[in-house]
Amino acid sequence: MANDHIDITVEPGEVHALLGENGAGKSTLMNQLYGLLQPDEGQIVVNDEPKVFRSPRDAIAAGIGMVHQHFMLVPVFTVAENIALGHEEVRGGPLGWLDRRRSRKDVIETSKRYGLPVDPDALVEDLPVGAQQRVEIVKALTRDVDLLILDEPTAVLTPQETEELLAVMRSLTAMGKSIVFITHKLKEVKAIADRITVVRRGQIVGTATPDTSEDELAALMVGRAVSLEVDKAPAEPGRNVLKIANLVVDDDRGVRAVDGLDLVVRAGEVLGIAGVQGNGQTELVEAVMGLREVRGGTVELDNENLGTMTTKRILRSGVGYIPEDRSHDGVVKEFSVAENLVLDMYDRAPFGNTFKLDAGSVASNAAERIEQFDIRCQSSETPVGTLSGGNQQKVVVAREMSRPLRLFIASQPTRGVDVGSIEFIHNRIVHERDQGTAVLVVSSELDEVVGLADRVAVMYRGRILAIVSPDTPREELGLLMAGITNSKQQAANDAAVQQAANDAADQRAANDAADQRAASDTAVQQAGSDAPEEGTK
Amino acid sequence: MSTATVEEIAEAAAPEPFWSRQRRLGVALILIGLLAAALFGSLAPSETARFTLSEDAEGAALTINGQFGAILFGLITLAAGGALVAGVLKRFQNLLLSVGILTFVLSFLCWQVAGKFMPLVDTTSGTLQLALPLILGALAGVLGERSGVVNVAIEGQFLMGAFAGALVGTMATSVWIGMISAAVGGLIIAAILAVLSIRYLVDQTVVGIVLNLFALGITGFLYERLMQPDAQSYNTPPMLEKIRIPGLADIPVIGPVLFDASPLLWAGLALVVLIHFGLSRTRWGLRTRAVGEHPTAADTVGIRVRGMRYLNVLTGGVIAGLGGAYFTLVATGSFTKNMTAGAGFIALAAMIFGRYTPFGALAAALFFGFAQKLATFLSAVGSPVPSQFLNMLPYLATIIAVAGLVGRVRAPAAGGQPYIKS
Repeated sequence: MANDHIDITVEPGEVHALLGENGAGKSTLMNQLYGLLQPDEGQIVVNDEPKVFRSPRDAIAAGIGMVHQHFMLVPVFTVAENIALGHEEVRGGPLGWLDRRRSRKDVIETSKRYGLPVDPDALVEDLPVGAQQRVEIVKALTRDVDLLILDEPTAVLTPQETEELLAVMRSLTAMGKSIVFITHKLKEVKAIADRITVVRRGQIVGTATPDTSEDELAALMVGRAVSLEVDKAPAEPGRNVLKIANLVVDDDRGVRAVDGLDLVVRAGEVLGIAGVQGNGQTELVEAVMGLREVRGGTVELDNENLGTMTTKRILRSGVGYIPEDRSHDGVVKEFSVAENLVLDMYDRAPFGNTFKLDAGSVASNAAERIEQFDIRCQSSETPVGTLSGGNQQKVVVAREMSRPLRLFIASQPTRGVDVGSIEFIHNRIVHERDQGTAVLVVSSELDEVVGLADRVAVMYRGRILAIVSPDTPREELGLLMAGITNSKQQAANDAAVQQAANDAADQRAANDAADQRAASDTAVQQAGSDAPEEGTK
Repeated sequence: MSTATVEEIAEAAAPEPFWSRQRRLGVALILIGLLAAALFGSLAPSETARFTLSEDAEGAALTINGQFGAILFGLITLAAGGALVAGVLKRFQNLLLSVGILTFVLSFLCWQVAGKFMPLVDTTSGTLQLALPLILGALAGVLGERSGVVNVAIEGQFLMGAFAGALVGTMATSVWIGMISAAVGGLIIAAILAVLSIRYLVDQTVVGIVLNLFALGITGFLYERLMQPDAQSYNTPPMLEKIRIPGLADIPVIGPVLFDASPLLWAGLALVVLIHFGLSRTRWGLRTRAVGEHPTAADTVGIRVRGMRYLNVLTGGVIAGLGGAYFTLVATGSFTKNMTAGAGFIALAAMIFGRYTPFGALAAALFFGFAQKLATFLSAVGSPVPSQFLNMLPYLATIIAVAGLVGRVRAPAAGGQPYIKS
């Protein structure tokens, strides 16, 4: 059961934040409100009128719009086509001849009225993520909605874009629209919400006002007191363990994703990679792990070339890996916890050899790991798919940390993981660092990168734009993530970094001018803004 | 995904590979251009090749010395290939490619026709005739594919249409009832495809192949048990006669080809235009494309994804059924077992070659139709090329077209994926 007798009221002109961890049932609740799912019990009342939503069509008719976490835009359509889709302006009666001029005009008008600049003729796939989100909002607004549901809208945005979005939300509520803001980020909730409803395991566990402290909100969300900081001693970096030079990697579509990247990770330090999703982080990690073809450059682990090794050899030469997509690449859901714990070493002593598995040692290994990594499961024979996200991730961490490691790579280590397990996993990562392992952390949660890392590398358009201290102010990190370097940093950085920034600016100039606002607001010399176009899906 | 070898890394160091697709195609053109100029040129007798505008050897004609033509056109192919390799005229690369292929074919024809004649009217109208079922089949494919359903069952829809058209047409002694029955025949196969793939989420390619086998089996069985024993009552349908439009039909070449033709041809060409504008300019088209590209997005704005897919697959079935009617009610006048002989698959190839667009499919279908017509023409004039090779021509053209010329085609993103509401 994802939602268990939830009552929620949204007043006109308010921002109502729905706060909860991943998997708490926030999206399920809102998908019912938007007609994508049907409730088993209970009622939706809009303006004192009970309603039944069989499909989004009904919800839209009742004045409810939704911006989904994964954008609902057709990439090969223009902005105007996407916005018109479903309520097209047509001429010629039954023929349904599209009236493109009127569709364009609608888009331009709505975009002006609410101060959301979008180019009606741009192809959605060419737009940066921030601009796509504006398209989504305009799309909802052209349907005359009174209530706008924003599902995790800031997950894909830079801190600056997030600020812009919050400003847009404020102006929308000033015009009398209501907003349901779904998130798990406490800072944003405190910044924008009028009322906060906290959801845990499908139930409302409390309501709060924006003055509630972050610690209290976190405690409500998780159900117990949690520490939001990562406790760690200063790093004692040793030799260079991972050396990446001039690495070039393509994405699935053959577009260059990592473009001449240089990076060094030292023993006993955590290097965190910050960046807006889709700037080549995924491809970088997959290339290092031998999961993606290296198109150029070198990847070396203590002077051994990883570029020519199979993934199996890379893993066995002392590399631990938490993949970004846990359910796809991290665990085999149908396999038991015990089996998942030996996926890396199943054909080696003591677990087995080329021909057989030693069930006894697999089981005893499982018992040990379950104890050691606090994996909550009924038994070691339980299929991993039935565990919670946090416990699944602990299985991955337990497996990957049970080999002697020289390098540990964690990609989105706490995505879809409850706060309690986040603490645990973070502590294990720091522990691994203290053992002298080189650790590379990639995360789209800036808090996580800053909390874990001893050095933060900002990745932008397939290159490392700068390496900074985790104490760097958020604003500065945000600008870097948007590809903007200021003169002080440029002086400090080497020529290659400057080159990357220049290239970014050139590419920007070649793109259309639809998205200049962000760049002009932040008056800095390099005019780069938003995520690169190849990062958008 | 495998790890890169050392060579691959070295090669990858260059940002843009020198041997781009254009350059490789250019080299291919240079090679076939050389072949044409040297081989065709040396084999061709130095006699006049006549391409007559009328049906027979007399009358107005385009003439050229066969040997000279073979060499000249071969050299043009070579030049087009050279331009592609040199990378000049970058904006007209597709044009260069088309010119290169066209002149190669012309060079070949100059050799073959030298000392003889080739009636242009007959060739063109034959090309159109042979292309007609391919056009209709490819359109059926386009409709399905653009809404996200892969229609591999075109062959089955052809067969069912051809069979139903012949059977019911004979029994009702009406060609129009035959046509309608053919459409219904195609519709039945499409309906099974639609229900299994949209409702029951069965793999669309597998369903398509099974349906082809099903259609082959059931029509073959009924043909042997029903039609063959009593052809008079069951397998002598009235045929769809050509209609001649007075006046227009007197225009040279085009007149007899287009205006003294089967109404089904007109319907096919009209459908190409209709579907083209329908897809790009109407509400139905926008929604169809949305459903084929990003069904969840369509669903969240209130579009009935499955409904749109049913509509398109079923409409496609009707069109493919009419394509089947061509075989029995237009071309031959009776049904025989497996008479479509893979035409449905060539239609599928035409759809892909035509990049999932109606006009692209038309062009591809004409190309394949011409290859078939050429094969019959050449064996009729006693070409020195063995007839087995000539019969290979349409299929060879299909393989070369789909493998070599299409390059990377961007198919609808949700093609073949069933839509499951979360």
